[in-house]
Amino acid sequence: MGKGLKFLGLSMLLAGLALFIALPFSGPFVWDNSYLQSTGLSEAQQESLGERLADFEGKMYFTGFELANEISRTKEILNEELKAAEKWDLVIWSNDIVWQGTKASYQGLAKGNELLFFILCILMPSIGGFIYILPSFKEGTAGIKNNGIFHSDMKNRGWVGILTGTMLILFYIILYWFPQYITPLISLFDPLSEVLNGGPASQWFLYGTLYTLAIIVMGIRMFSKYRHSRYHQIRTASLMFFQTAFAFLIPEILVRLNKPYFDFKNIWPLDYDFFDAWHINMLQEAGGLGIFMLAWGLSLVIIGVPLFTYFYGKRWYCSWVCGCGGLAETLGDPYRQLSDKSLKAWKYERVIVHSVLVFAVLMTGGVLYTYFTGSDRVFWLSTNDVRQTYGFMIGSIFAGVVGTGFYPLMGNRVWCRFGCPLAAYLGLVQRFKSRFRITTNGGQCISCGNCSTYCEMGIDVRWYAQRGQNIVRSSCVGCGVCASVCPRGVLKLENSDEADRFGKPIEIGEKGFRVHV
Amino acid sequence: MNVVIIGNGIAGISAARQIRKLSDHSITVISGESDHFFSRTALMYLYMGHMEYRHIKPYEDWFWEKNRINLKKAWVSNIDFEKQLLQFENGESMPYDKLLLATGSKPRELPVPGIKAGGVQGLYSLQDLEQMEATTVGVKQAVIIGGGLIGIEMAEMLHSRGVEVTIIIRESHYWGNILPAEEGNLIAKHIAENHVKLVAEDELAEVLQDEEGNVNAIRTKQGSIIECQFLGISVGVVPNIEFLENSTLETNRGIMVNEFLETNVPNVYAAGDCIEHRNAPLGRNAIEQVWYTGRIMGETVAHTIIGTQRSYKPGIWFNSAKFFDIEYQVYGLVPNEISPDLEQFYWEDSKSPRAIRVVWNKETMAFLGIHSFGIRLRHEQCEEWIEKKFTIDKALSRLQKAAFDAEFTKQWISSFLEEFQKANPGFAVQQEAKGLFARIFD
Repeated sequence: MGKGLKFLGLSMLLAGLALFIALPFSGPFVWDNSYLQSTGLSEAQQESLGERLADFEGKMYFTGFELANEISRTKEILNEELKAAEKWDLVIWSNDIVWQGTKASYQGLAKGNELLFFILCILMPSIGGFIYILPSFKEGTAGIKNNGIFHSDMKNRGWVGILTGTMLILFYIILYWFPQYITPLISLFDPLSEVLNGGPASQWFLYGTLYTLAIIVMGIRMFSKYRHSRYHQIRTASLMFFQTAFAFLIPEILVRLNKPYFDFKNIWPLDYDFFDAWHINMLQEAGGLGIFMLAWGLSLVIIGVPLFTYFYGKRWYCSWVCGCGGLAETLGDPYRQLSDKSLKAWKYERVIVHSVLVFAVLMTGGVLYTYFTGSDRVFWLSTNDVRQTYGFMIGSIFAGVVGTGFYPLMGNRVWCRFGCPLAAYLGLVQRFKSRFRITTNGGQCISCGNCSTYCEMGIDVRWYAQRGQNIVRSSCVGCGVCASVCPRGVLKLENSDEADRFGKPIEIGEKGFRVHV
Repeated sequence: MNVVIIGNGIAGISAARQIRKLSDHSITVISGESDHFFSRTALMYLYMGHMEYRHIKPYEDWFWEKNRINLKKAWVSNIDFEKQLLQFENGESMPYDKLLLATGSKPRELPVPGIKAGGVQGLYSLQDLEQMEATTVGVKQAVIIGGGLIGIEMAEMLHSRGVEVTIIIRESHYWGNILPAEEGNLIAKHIAENHVKLVAEDELAEVLQDEEGNVNAIRTKQGSIIECQFLGISVGVVPNIEFLENSTLETNRGIMVNEFLETNVPNVYAAGDCIEHRNAPLGRNAIEQVWYTGRIMGETVAHTIIGTQRSYKPGIWFNSAKFFDIEYQVYGLVPNEISPDLEQFYWEDSKSPRAIRVVWNKETMAFLGIHSFGIRLRHEQCEEWIEKKFTIDKALSRLQKAAFDAEFTKQWISSFLEEFQKANPGFAVQQEAKGLFARIFD
């Protein structure tokens, strides 16, 4: 029964995945100039580009890659000419036309059958994943289920893990920079997008939906894996809720209601474009709700983060609310043991993550300077260039490609540990002004190393546990897994009096374990 | 001064680290087993795939050089106590000014016909684990003799690889020389739920072998024949002192030491699993092979070696273990059979494998000990109440303070206290419930 279900689930997952991967290679694509109308181009731009694209009208392309490249090349050549002629208002700065045009040209099997293919490519593998997980609820007695992790090709950087990492990295690169190559996939999300926000889907809608599905399905896996622990069940449910409601549904519904797209749980500097001129202007123009959003976002940064982190440590955000944390704690959970625990890694971590925080603060400072003074340069430096660089290097490459793509290679918290500026900010509060700590239990530690191995943030928990010293580390996201995997009941996440929160190491020798009470 | 330590287990390494902390002496740690210190108690997790060898080393490899602790991988074959000289198996030798013997223990052997057959072994060293890895390939059935902590670990290890396991114990209930019957049965039920067979009141009589000399079945004293391709022996461990016998060093079951962990030979000390106390500390056994006692002895003997002599005082007894998914902790005295001068109360949850037993003195009412299954308790609190001789009601009315389970865990301690209160209406042990506000912001 259990084996049959697992086989069925895995088959559905792999079949759906195969279809998902195959679909972008399907065609045909036929270009028509009328498609230009549904893009964001001005009428004059539509006309000038339409003249060039008329050559391709009616021509059949077997895959979207060729058509996308034709549109892209045509647009670039036109842009060069327009720039040379200094017809600035006709220059098409955005790349959106390329994927939008390609998407509209799709004439393949999924055309008109979007819902059916959405079910086959997206829902079927999700449900397959769920069915695969189902039997594990009944497997063995409730407790830590880490058998075979380091014998697994998926979870210990074997070929399956490396393949999975490669596919994830590839997916992010295409998503960020080449959406024109996956337009048949994007169109599958049109029906859902129409229902939620009233418009067709973009690659970001595709991403948001997949992201949410991954958290829900792998969140159910967490319910099974940690069915003996209410702490893990409740925080996983919290992550699933905040992703589904706050990150996915509410922003889309806001768009449908003609309000600004807004994720109420995203916080600057993770939300690095919060202080961008276009964002501030958009909110200011959106009436009372927009002003509320602006005030809400600001108060989270100024009041929310220090207050909640004082009471609960940074876990209130990182392992209960955050979207990046949500994916890491669910989809990424099978890879938590791959984080580097060495002292060297800790040194790198401190330098890198705090540098990103400084970068984010300076970048935002520059953007605000430009916003308030109208001057686009601080000394010789263009604030927009700095902002672009940050978006590309940190926002896209670090947070996306490396952050998630490297799950099967470097563990599930690469971004949170080395890159997230908000985690750095929360961490500073946690380290210096918080009631949170992980306490250790006298002399019970046997130095086995489970806690350190399964710490996704790469904290050498055992170092503290065997000394009997509290763990107060800025990087700790309070996931609680170290305490769960401990076979001797040594670790406990606690909020308590600030006094003596670091604790003193136990003294041994004079009178057994002299625990400092 | 040149300090040489034989054995890089928890006792030897604790001593080396403590000597380094307190002095500038030259320190050399010798081991034939491994290049570096590792956590012996974690060997099972390597087999089960929870960790790899690198994970069970508590210190990174650069640590030893940085702390000027020399490591030498070699087996010592003989010690010349007169000349203060070590002889290695490879013919080399090494002088010492002070010598610490921390050679640990080894699995106790059973004098049974066929015990030397292939596929029969105990589990203590890294080499034992490597052997087990090699000999259990393709094994379908296994038998474990003895249900102590290593026995249950071996059962869990084999079970994680789909091997059908039978545990044979001499006692009438599980871990009967330590646990009262209720607790033994609680664990036995859990073992059965994990599809491991537990046979009580039987012993190994003979190991049956195939033509190649490998175990293919066993015969028990009750006469059952049980097929198996692997036989695990876990009937305890004994001090590993074979190479020291027949020397001037006084040994009995272990190396005899006084309270300062000095042996009868000048400049020779011993600590950890390999020793036997001439005068065991109050409430403690003469041989106590536990991770933390090795650690305390290591740190204690370090003081003696550098001349700031200290006596071994392990304090109030405590320990912990895990049986499949049931965690166990004990603080103080909870004997397997309650003597007439003691009073006790046992509570067990009706739905999940959870239990608590408390023991107190009938006359003085002094709280003597507590142990728990599936419930975590805070060491420092339990120790304090026992040490300060709190009465049972005073201790239990504070028991919530000792709760060490994760947040949101069901209030098991409240359930225990409720039942205790019902059974002992003369005591007042329950406390008021906390309000919502206090729970969120406390």
